[in-house]
Amino acid sequence: MKAIADRRHHRMAPVVLLVMALLITGAVYAALTPTSAGATVATQTDIDTGGALFQANCATCHGTGARGGDVGPSLIGVGAAAVDFQVSTGRMPMQASGPQAAAKPPVLDAEQTRQLAAYVASLAPGPSIPTADQVDPAKGDPATGMALFRTNCAMCHGATGKGGALTEGKSAPSLGDATPTQIYEAMATGPASMPVFNDANLTPEEKRDVIALLDGQKAGSPGGADLGGVGPVSEGLWAWVVGMGLLIGCAVWIGAKSS
Amino acid sequence: MSTNDSEVVRHADGNGAVGEQLPDRFDNPGLPPHRPRLTDTDPAAARRATRQVVALFTISILGTIGFVVAYALVPDGNTIASIRLSNLLLGLGLFLAMFGIGAAAIHWAKTLMSDREVAEDRHPQRSSPQDREAAVAVLREGAADSGIARRGVLKGAVVSALVLAPLTIAVPLIGEVGGHWRVSTLRHTLWERGKRLTRDPSGTPIKAEDVTVGSVFHVIPDGLREGENADHWIEEKAKAVVLMVRLDHADLREAEDRKDWSYEGIVAYSKICTHVGCPVALYEQQTHHLLCPCHQSTFDIADGARVIFGPANRPLPQLPIAVDDEGYLVAQSDFTEPIGPSYWERLK
Amino acid sequence: MSRPSKGSGPAATADYLDQRTGIGLAVKAFARKVFPDHWSFLLGEIALYSFLVLLITGVFLTLFFVPSMAQVTYDGPFAPMQGVQMSEAFRSTMALSFEVTGGLLMRQIHHWAAVVFIAAIVTHMMRVFFTGAFRKPREVNWLVGFVLMILGIAAGFSGYSLPDDVLSGNGLRITDGVVKSIPIIGSYLSYFIFGGEFPGDAIIPRLFTVHILLVPGLILALIGLHIFFVVLHKHTHYGLPGRTERNVVGYPLFPVYVAKAGGFFFIVFGVFALMGATMTINPVWNYGPYDPSPVSAGAQPDWYMLFLEGALRLMPGQGTEWVIGGFTIPMNVLVPAVVLPGLLFTALAAYPFLEAYVTGDRREHHIADRPRNAPVRTAIGVAILTAFGVLVLAGSNDIIATHFGLSINAITDVCRLLLVVTPFLAFWVTKRVCLGLQRKDRELVLHGHETGRIVRFASGEYIEVHRPLDEYERWVRVANEPRRPVELLPVEDERGVRRRGYRRDAFRARLSRFFFEDRVEPVTPAELVATQSHGGHDAALELPAATAAADAHRR
Repeated sequence: MKAIADRRHHRMAPVVLLVMALLITGAVYAALTPTSAGATVATQTDIDTGGALFQANCATCHGTGARGGDVGPSLIGVGAAAVDFQVSTGRMPMQASGPQAAAKPPVLDAEQTRQLAAYVASLAPGPSIPTADQVDPAKGDPATGMALFRTNCAMCHGATGKGGALTEGKSAPSLGDATPTQIYEAMATGPASMPVFNDANLTPEEKRDVIALLDGQKAGSPGGADLGGVGPVSEGLWAWVVGMGLLIGCAVWIGAKSS
Repeated sequence: MSTNDSEVVRHADGNGAVGEQLPDRFDNPGLPPHRPRLTDTDPAAARRATRQVVALFTISILGTIGFVVAYALVPDGNTIASIRLSNLLLGLGLFLAMFGIGAAAIHWAKTLMSDREVAEDRHPQRSSPQDREAAVAVLREGAADSGIARRGVLKGAVVSALVLAPLTIAVPLIGEVGGHWRVSTLRHTLWERGKRLTRDPSGTPIKAEDVTVGSVFHVIPDGLREGENADHWIEEKAKAVVLMVRLDHADLREAEDRKDWSYEGIVAYSKICTHVGCPVALYEQQTHHLLCPCHQSTFDIADGARVIFGPANRPLPQLPIAVDDEGYLVAQSDFTEPIGPSYWERLK
Repeated sequence: MSRPSKGSGPAATADYLDQRTGIGLAVKAFARKVFPDHWSFLLGEIALYSFLVLLITGVFLTLFFVPSMAQVTYDGPFAPMQGVQMSEAFRSTMALSFEVTGGLLMRQIHHWAAVVFIAAIVTHMMRVFFTGAFRKPREVNWLVGFVLMILGIAAGFSGYSLPDDVLSGNGLRITDGVVKSIPIIGSYLSYFIFGGEFPGDAIIPRLFTVHILLVPGLILALIGLHIFFVVLHKHTHYGLPGRTERNVVGYPLFPVYVAKAGGFFFIVFGVFALMGATMTINPVWNYGPYDPSPVSAGAQPDWYMLFLEGALRLMPGQGTEWVIGGFTIPMNVLVPAVVLPGLLFTALAAYPFLEAYVTGDRREHHIADRPRNAPVRTAIGVAILTAFGVLVLAGSNDIIATHFGLSINAITDVCRLLLVVTPFLAFWVTKRVCLGLQRKDRELVLHGHETGRIVRFASGEYIEVHRPLDEYERWVRVANEPRRPVELLPVEDERGVRRRGYRRDAFRARLSRFFFEDRVEPVTPAELVATQSHGGHDAALELPAATAAADAHRR
């Protein structure tokens, strides 16, 4: 203990304390956070409750028994992952028709989402919700993730996952707010315009590598503000507004008569 | 140098009584009277301005010291946060160091240096007639002395030599600068009969059953970076990249002569845009549209990669594919037309 | 400086120098040279100082950058690149950003200075254009400045491509596609640039030579010529009181302009340092090393190339690729990427000569126009800028689409329409606004300022008192000379013979009428007197006092 007491005044002490505090907070948080829904096995009660939720919230479009309707596609075989993604991001139930379903605060809570997913998964096998281990950024390799992201994802979502435009008003969303589970589910199920990246295309480990890359990007840009992260258009705008703005302001000051 | 007041002749400024001969235009009233600044009249204000200038220079000195201190004490380290902090501190130090000097100098000029405007005369740009005549005479004399007018052969010789001499630079330059100059290589890619389609970038082969409806594969030819391609794989990759999807038979429309170019609904198209060559990679699995992020040319993958929007004119070239004995997807042949943007001899 | 002295210190140094260079004469001639003071005359200085900052930071960068396309494996501190194959150019860009302390700052300052450099050049050109400062004797210097702009863009584009990242690599690929579209020589030109097939292993070293030797050398030489012409012609000044075509009014080079202009260099450097410290530019670590397969959304060039990008995006593709005799002519690329910039830049370079032809004006001009006093020129300028702006918007259509929830297809269609319509609309509106402002000037000169003071006359009539302009205020509004179209000589000469060149003259007269029709001429003294004697009580009321005050002022 004496060694610790001696180092209390060391200039690195606050940093060490801060790091320890962060680690403890993280550990407590991780312990208290409920594990992913995929980890718990669905009971028949869950499936029945889920069926009732489906009838109330989804059947209007997707038809009774999820066989599809005039508006919504059949959900047989889409798997629990698709349901969890669509419902937990608030895309479903859809409120207004548009080029694509918009993300919004979820309508159903986590428990209801789990039950709904269990119901749809019971209809036919499909991609299941990934386990916490499968989406743990710490276990992924960001370098492999970057190589895969560049080839398979960046063309739509942009180099830093800020999103991008598709045709006719559709768009690839920003990945900033997506949880690792949602990112995994999106790759596995291909919501809306997004293609499916099945396990033969991107293995579960490779999906986790992509998640590790995106998690690392949350540290922000080493160069300062990222200006939206959308590339040279915003850089040009800032060059004109801030750069030319400040410089012309200074020029006016230089040219003005002193009082 | 004098102020301009004396130079501009002043007349009645137009308010004179009617009947007086009025000029066509107003006269230049000359420089307005000089109004002294606070620092010209009030010694205390001048002292204050001096202190401000000194303070600004001091800010610059502190900025430089801060920069050096930040360089010594805040290394850029190995994390995003440490690099950002180092960049920020160095940048702010440099900002203060530079901006302080600039602001001090300008404040100094504006408050303490004379603000009396002075005038300088302009003169017409052309030289005087005498100078012109003298110049012409000099040139005439020189030309006559050289005899270039009388001895025409001299003129021809000097011009010929000067025109030809640059060839000594141009010939080897043009000979070497374009590499082998064989533009016919633009027509060929690494694809050939039996060449496996593999994942980009890992290079692993793809089974037909891996390609499910709705998924998209970015494809490179097998052995792209091996053997004789090792040192020019990037040029080959630039021509050979392919995008492969499987479509529902109900959605797929195929031309009669291309019915056997697909395998159970799996189609493969060149990923290089026929407009100016960007990788066309934004595949919308619901509409089967393929969008180029550079100029928004849109191709319908379900209908022979027909152009449905944007500046591209031609469909993407299709790669005929099949499956080998082991169930892996292979090419039937090279592309049947040059991939990528159009050029003059493309169809020759 | 005038008397050589022995002894020590500055005087001795000066004596030493003067005995060997005769520098005393130069100092005498230049130290008190006059420069007019106006913020808009500093725009060119922003460009000049940006260039100096580019040279300083650029030298720093060259010491760490390796212009090679040889493949290496990354082993630096940036985790997402571990073990990735990349060119030495990309590897060294990563190293100078993350492993050289202060390197990222220098790189960001360099890139910010580059984009502002061209922004400043364009703004400076706009100032010169709209004030007519390109007129005789400055046409040649306009051309020098025009070439500097082209070289600035070349410097920017070549530097942007050096890190060999995916974003700039796709830019090079587009360049390759554009080059290949040129009839007959296209594919050979592509080989000429890339040393073989795209991308090859020569383009980065070649661009490096272009970027650090060829282009900056030319820019430096032409900046010298540009400034030499400014000194030779003396700077223009605005038509303020005391300024004439025969003088230049301002502050002396030493000490005032040494302090102001010298100080401005440090201000410019400081602003770039602030930008480099706080705002990321060109984060190549996100894009990754060049590979012909990937591409990222938001694939755009730096702002000064956006108009070309926009033109490429707007051009419809259907029916625009011609095949003639088996040879392919892709008009969908040629028109937006070769013909359009060719026309735009030719028109820009030729404008001073075109205007001189149309106005028939062969005199020297040293007083800068107020833009309103040349309505057609101003309107042409605004029309071109509007078209440029539409193309920039079109070049940003995907960013606009995601940020405003619009469809890129709709934006593209709308921009196609806007490109055709808005330049004409902008021309018409600008011209009307200019003429309106000129009329307002006339109004003000004739009737004076509204004072808001209402006076009731004995007759019961109410009027608002107007305060006439003093002569200095007035001069700004009447200093411009009245202009007339070129006169067309009759079709037949005095002997009744049909004149040669009549049709040419008639064409020119038509252009000249177009340039000058609807003009508003400045108030003449006679008009002012007439208004004041007939125009009622308002001006008369305060006139004597104002005149007396102005007279008093003058003494």
